[in-house]
Amino acid sequence: MEKLTVQTLSEMQQRLKSEFEASKKTYLLICGGTGCHATGSIKVKDALAGELEAKGLNEKVQIVETGCNGFCAMGPLMVVHPDGIFYQKMKVDDIEEIVTSHLINKKPVERLLYKDPVTKKFIPRHDEIPFFAHQMPRVLRNKGVIDPESISDYIARDGYSAAAKALFDMGPEDIVAEVKTSGIRGRGGAGFPTGMKWDFTRASKGDTKYVLCNADEGDPGAFMDRSILEADPHAVLEGMIIAAKAINSKKGYIYARTEYPLAISRLQIAITAAKEMGLLGENILGSGFDFDVEIYQGAGAFVCGEETALMRSIEGQRGMPRPRPPFPAHKGLWEKPTILNNVETLANIPQIIINGGAWYASVGTETSKGTKVFALSGDINNIGLVEVPMGTTLRSIVYDIGGGIPNKRKFKGVQLGGPSGGCVPEHLLDTPVDYEAIAKVGAIMGSGGAIVMDDRTCMVDMARFFMDFIQDESCGKCTPCREGTRRLLEILEKICDGKGVPEDIDLMLELSEMIKDSALCGLGQTGPNPVLSSLRYFRDEFDAHINEKRCPAKRCAALLKFEVDPDLCKKCGMCFKACPADAITWQKKEVAVIDKEKCIKCMTCFEKCKFDAIF
Amino acid sequence: MSAIRPQHPDISDDMWIKVDEIIDTNKNTDGSIITVLRECQGTVGYLPVELIDYISAGMNLPNSNVYGVASFYSLFSMTPKGRHTIKVCTGTACYVKGIKEVIIRIGDKYKVGEGGTTEDRRFSLEPVRCLGACGLAPVMVIGEDTHGDVSADKVIDIVDQYK
Repeated sequence: MEKLTVQTLSEMQQRLKSEFEASKKTYLLICGGTGCHATGSIKVKDALAGELEAKGLNEKVQIVETGCNGFCAMGPLMVVHPDGIFYQKMKVDDIEEIVTSHLINKKPVERLLYKDPVTKKFIPRHDEIPFFAHQMPRVLRNKGVIDPESISDYIARDGYSAAAKALFDMGPEDIVAEVKTSGIRGRGGAGFPTGMKWDFTRASKGDTKYVLCNADEGDPGAFMDRSILEADPHAVLEGMIIAAKAINSKKGYIYARTEYPLAISRLQIAITAAKEMGLLGENILGSGFDFDVEIYQGAGAFVCGEETALMRSIEGQRGMPRPRPPFPAHKGLWEKPTILNNVETLANIPQIIINGGAWYASVGTETSKGTKVFALSGDINNIGLVEVPMGTTLRSIVYDIGGGIPNKRKFKGVQLGGPSGGCVPEHLLDTPVDYEAIAKVGAIMGSGGAIVMDDRTCMVDMARFFMDFIQDESCGKCTPCREGTRRLLEILEKICDGKGVPEDIDLMLELSEMIKDSALCGLGQTGPNPVLSSLRYFRDEFDAHINEKRCPAKRCAALLKFEVDPDLCKKCGMCFKACPADAITWQKKEVAVIDKEKCIKCMTCFEKCKFDAIF
Repeated sequence: MSAIRPQHPDISDDMWIKVDEIIDTNKNTDGSIITVLRECQGTVGYLPVELIDYISAGMNLPNSNVYGVASFYSLFSMTPKGRHTIKVCTGTACYVKGIKEVIIRIGDKYKVGEGGTTEDRRFSLEPVRCLGACGLAPVMVIGEDTHGDVSADKVIDIVDQYK
């Protein structure tokens, strides 16, 4: 394929845009993210293609498999362009009806439209569904719109214009200045100003420098970076080219989680296409600037999200952090000056260069600019990917976008920042999305995982869960993290088992402070956060476990009696039907009885009972 | 190859040829040992000690170094796996939505512990870190198939299809 130059890139953009505008085609934008693939979108897509063929609509209708649309729980899903109609939970059997009714007779299939969980009304248009309407897509501007495996789709949306601008019209200082003006801070969690990081590395002496993209999205409950890579991989590559120009680097690596096969394959396709068209490799766009990118797959170690550990891993060693300084800006990968940015940070860069830092900074709060992507999940109606301006309240994310808590349950807390973060309770839900404001309430912005928990979640058990994660992922290099998190876990397990004593609380607090002060890297220093944050807001639950040997949320099996409260039991038989061990006896109009001999304490009856009658 | 291929019941001649190819492709690239281990594990199914020693010799790295890498990353296994690997996601969203009950149910039915393999080598049960498919929580992956929304009372029906 012929290599693009800055001139032919611009001509190609114009041509693609006018072709698209002149096109009278209907586009079926079917989501091809990991979530939708798992719910059967590939079969739906094939059925759709077959049906279009059968009805002779191939000329007029085109199927586009997009990256993650974001509304993951509703998959497989599809948006019809230009009507903007949103279909959800499609099955192969629905396809014939969609094609006949919608595409031929222009009548959308109502039963497959989004239904508001509160008003119970159908909302046909994609942009009117509250989940999408309250968002501000900047990083995610191409999600659900383009085919991530098609470089021309990206180019048609002004793709690689920012790289062209940076390579031809800007010097390294100009790029760094623009990024500084934007005020963007690292989206991986720590929130370090990106412009400053770039400036340090730019100023650092050395002929060989590296640009690294951290796609080792390890926080449980976080899938922002996966979705960006699956939906818009070229945006990340373009961000890396601009970063390379800013620090004069020739080589970049994307360190990606091996658990993300689809993201890796789309990235590889994007890299190959960009190289073929002269957008990566030697003499990019005829500018004389060379930059190449390679994917490096991780091997399942959470700590490799830490910058120095990630670099050790690329070098083929055990992914263990080292003390800083020297910072990677001076001694990073292979001891050379290196910048490491998160996927979301890099995906923001092209737009900062095109529209200017001031444009970017026009949205947000005093210290946190632009937008932030969250992965909203857990006990919430609208699970999915959410991009909001900084300053939006957590309440708005949970209720306006998330649609509140399902099954008439009560909100208990939202966990931000994964295992390094903390849980924000109900009375602090008006906290805005802002690095400092979130830190003030004891959580961290983190990379963007937001897990909503309802009143059936036991906070002691959650603290135990996170501590189990941290101690398991601790690399073992420094004692405070290796031994300290292990001891914290033991105490929490003891409390969940009903063997806690009142002194445990003070011991945990003391141990937590010590780990925070003395651990080597961010993993250890933030490791005790879930314990501290749960103790801060949910102390009563710890007290109930320790003093009354009671688990208020009924999650800790050791503290449950596995008995049925005859006053609360509605005699519905749900528990009887669900019990896998045949341990429950029940007859119509009679209270269920659990046989403790047969009971395996699997908790299924607790899940099934809508009346909280089992205790 | 300088090293002599050791005998191993789980490694066939074809596998050894593939292993040699992997080593040859990567031996001159700095930092490629993780890639080599991944691909060799993909070929053989796991990383027996004999294979690790062979790789070390081929890559001209100390055995201790390669063993250190193989034991550090959770992707690598030095014990054989079952025909089907059941990966249960233990991310936060899946935990909140009840993966614990799902794991108990599988363990109970097939008599397999977390990280273990059934006696007949039919299943390996592997709790894994967040798969990033939180929209489908709780999530389980068997082989290449992702199963979303797997409640404890549905899970055995799904797992039992894999013979």
